Amino acid sequence: MEAAVGYVSGDADSLLMATELRLGLPGTDDQKSKTMFSPPATPRGKKRTADAFEDSAAAEEAHKADDDVEVAPPVAKAQVVGWPPVRSYRKSCFQAAAAASKSKANKKAEDATSSNKTTPSAAAPAAANANGGSFVKVSMDGAPYLRKIDMRMYKGYRELREALEAMFVCFSGADTAASNPSEYAITYEDKDGDLMLVGDVPFDMFSGTCKKLRIIKRSEATGLGSK
Amino acid sequence: MGRAAGPAAPPWHSLPDEVWEHAFSFLPADADRGAAACACHGWLRAERRSRRRLVVPNCYATDPRDAVDRFPSVRAAEVKGKPHFADFGLLPPSWGAYAAPWVAAAADGWPLLEELSFKRMFVTDECLEMIASSFRNFQVLRLNSCEGFTTAGLAAITEGCRNLKELDLQENYIDDCSSHWLSNFPECYTSLEALNFSCLHGEVNFTVLERLVSRCRNLKTLKLNNAIPLDNVASLLRKAPQIIELGTGKFSADYHPDLFAKVEAAFAGCTSLRRLSGTWDAVPDYLPAFYCVCEGLTSLNLSYATVQGPELIKFISRCKNLLQLWVMDLIEDHGLSVVASSCSKLQELRVFPSDPFGHNGGQVFLTERGLVDVSASCPKLESVLYFCSRMTNEALVMIAKNRPNFTCFRLALLEPRSPDYITRQPLDAGFSAIVESCKGLRRLSMSGLLTDLVFKSIGAHADRLEMLSLAFAGDSDLGLNDILSGCKSLKKLEIRDCPFGDKALLANAAKLETMRSLWMNSCSLTVGGCRLLALKMPHLTVEIINDPGETCPVESLPFDSPVEKLYVYRTLAGPRSDTPDCVQIV
Repeated sequence: MEAAVGYVSGDADSLLMATELRLGLPGTDDQKSKTMFSPPATPRGKKRTADAFEDSAAAEEAHKADDDVEVAPPVAKAQVVGWPPVRSYRKSCFQAAAAASKSKANKKAEDATSSNKTTPSAAAPAAANANGGSFVKVSMDGAPYLRKIDMRMYKGYRELREALEAMFVCFSGADTAASNPSEYAITYEDKDGDLMLVGDVPFDMFSGTCKKLRIIKRSEATGLGSK
Repeated sequence: MGRAAGPAAPPWHSLPDEVWEHAFSFLPADADRGAAACACHGWLRAERRSRRRLVVPNCYATDPRDAVDRFPSVRAAEVKGKPHFADFGLLPPSWGAYAAPWVAAAADGWPLLEELSFKRMFVTDECLEMIASSFRNFQVLRLNSCEGFTTAGLAAITEGCRNLKELDLQENYIDDCSSHWLSNFPECYTSLEALNFSCLHGEVNFTVLERLVSRCRNLKTLKLNNAIPLDNVASLLRKAPQIIELGTGKFSADYHPDLFAKVEAAFAGCTSLRRLSGTWDAVPDYLPAFYCVCEGLTSLNLSYATVQGPELIKFISRCKNLLQLWVMDLIEDHGLSVVASSCSKLQELRVFPSDPFGHNGGQVFLTERGLVDVSASCPKLESVLYFCSRMTNEALVMIAKNRPNFTCFRLALLEPRSPDYITRQPLDAGFSAIVESCKGLRRLSMSGLLTDLVFKSIGAHADRLEMLSLAFAGDSDLGLNDILSGCKSLKKLEIRDCPFGDKALLANAAKLETMRSLWMNSCSLTVGGCRLLALKMPHLTVEIINDPGETCPVESLPFDSPVEKLYVYRTLAGPRSDTPDCVQIV
């Protein structure tokens, strides 16, 4: 349901603090950075690359914030899972509504092209999109039930992939010693109803045309893509 | 002392059970009934057989069949599942909290059940079908923050529950199968009193809805979903002017004087309207349509309304009798100061962030000033949830001084570890002032830069505190130790990203059995420490929770392996058997 966006390490925080303008004698904040705790060394090999990405992003944004001569804490932040404590339900409702009002024009164009469909399932997604929802169903071969995700919560393929892995790996690992994500391919149904391999087009284009996601075993994916 | 002449009064223990059952019916709280039941076997028997309402705050604290056996006459049951931090995505989706065993046990042992509520649980269509077919007088179904079911399950409820009075779906994730759940209410059915389908995303058949609303003359609560346009909302209101609580559908449309007049007239007819919510995408143009009901409103939830500016403030300032106000931070400090001067009866304020992750440039709307103003001018204010980007100790001290009557104080500073933005000091002094001044504080959530000092104050002063939420706070185990060794009334403790380790937990293991539950993630716990805790306290379930895909048998891990997520709770039922692979019970 939620994107696993990685964990902000203590280094990012001290980096932000170092670039901040503040009142007070120079050097007084050195004690503060000592009291800030450094996170436990968790064996989260998968998340390391995400950390590096977030750190450099945070450093970049900290420099930007430097331009305002303000005492307020830096405005842009690298995202921490579950913080600020906004309920997932509220997040998805609000983000969807905010994005929908921006892309109303795009939606109108899409509805026009998909209006030739007569199946009732087309009406539901169109209505949902018009109301600001952008939930798509996600099915996985062998899983007992489907999930739904909000496409607007993800900014890129990597986030989407991580979220899907987090959501579904508990099903795939049952009889294999270690679940292997590369055993599966992520495909999607676009607005023409064709089954496509995820990853070929720019992410924004993909998220606009994706109607349904399917996670299938790679052995069945031959013919869809070379990877 | 001498005995009066005449027949001796019967000894207490031979009074028939019915007398005790009648006496217990006057006890206001379940806790009182529980205490009475401990007095002797006779009272235990009388109390349990006459208990009509049962609340199970942790579905794993007991086996459902034991609960049903112990209280055979229950008519209304409420069961809660996942811990609170599940709301923020910190729990793997497959964790558990299945409603099925509860529904099955209830179907077996409570055939006269009338009300069922589930919160943060996994409810399937099969559960709903079983509810529909097992209780002949079923009247109230409340599902809050649940998932796992679809509109097909709802269809079973609306078709099968002939005496249904209330269907309350709050913030659930429901799969829309385009089924005719609404049409399944029979034409002769008129007993609906409350209907909330605000969390459904799909369209509903409006004609069917309108007919339903028209024939249910006792309808008091109606909360629509976002698919119902403004025009239709107005039509519905004309059919149900007796309504007390309304959740509007989509409250925006291009401005048109005819539509405005229709909406305004519809609201003018609703003289009993007291609670208003919904208002997604509300546009300022239509807010004046509400003016005629403002005076009567006691509760206003604009927390999904992205409207700002003078129209918003004008509207709220007319609601002089508000007890409860939920808004977005788009109201700004200025708006809150107007609230402070207009809504003198205000008891609860919640301010939500419009841009929590800084996607829209991180514009700051709200500061500490808004909260200071409201707490200074609203004498009845006792519950606050406040998201903002900055705070000072001085502001918190002032708030504490003005409002010693807080029972719930939750402050969420958007940036973790934000210090006092003027002095750059930790916010220890401010939060200490809150706990020292607000002697009745039952719930506290803290944020910002906090050291071990604040926990000393909390442990020492927060005697009535029942629920405490911490994030990115503290320096060492001393902090956690102070909380667990103090805080006499603590029931729920949830902690994330704090440098607390095993020592404090093990030193206060007995305390954990007096509490309902403890949640810790991203702290400094180890596998060994958790195993020791489990060994020490057999009545606690100690769950180590990994991210899905990172399962690893706990037995093979070294003693000092870090534990990312821990959930500990007391239970009568022993370790649960429905854990997914990513959860290990040590």
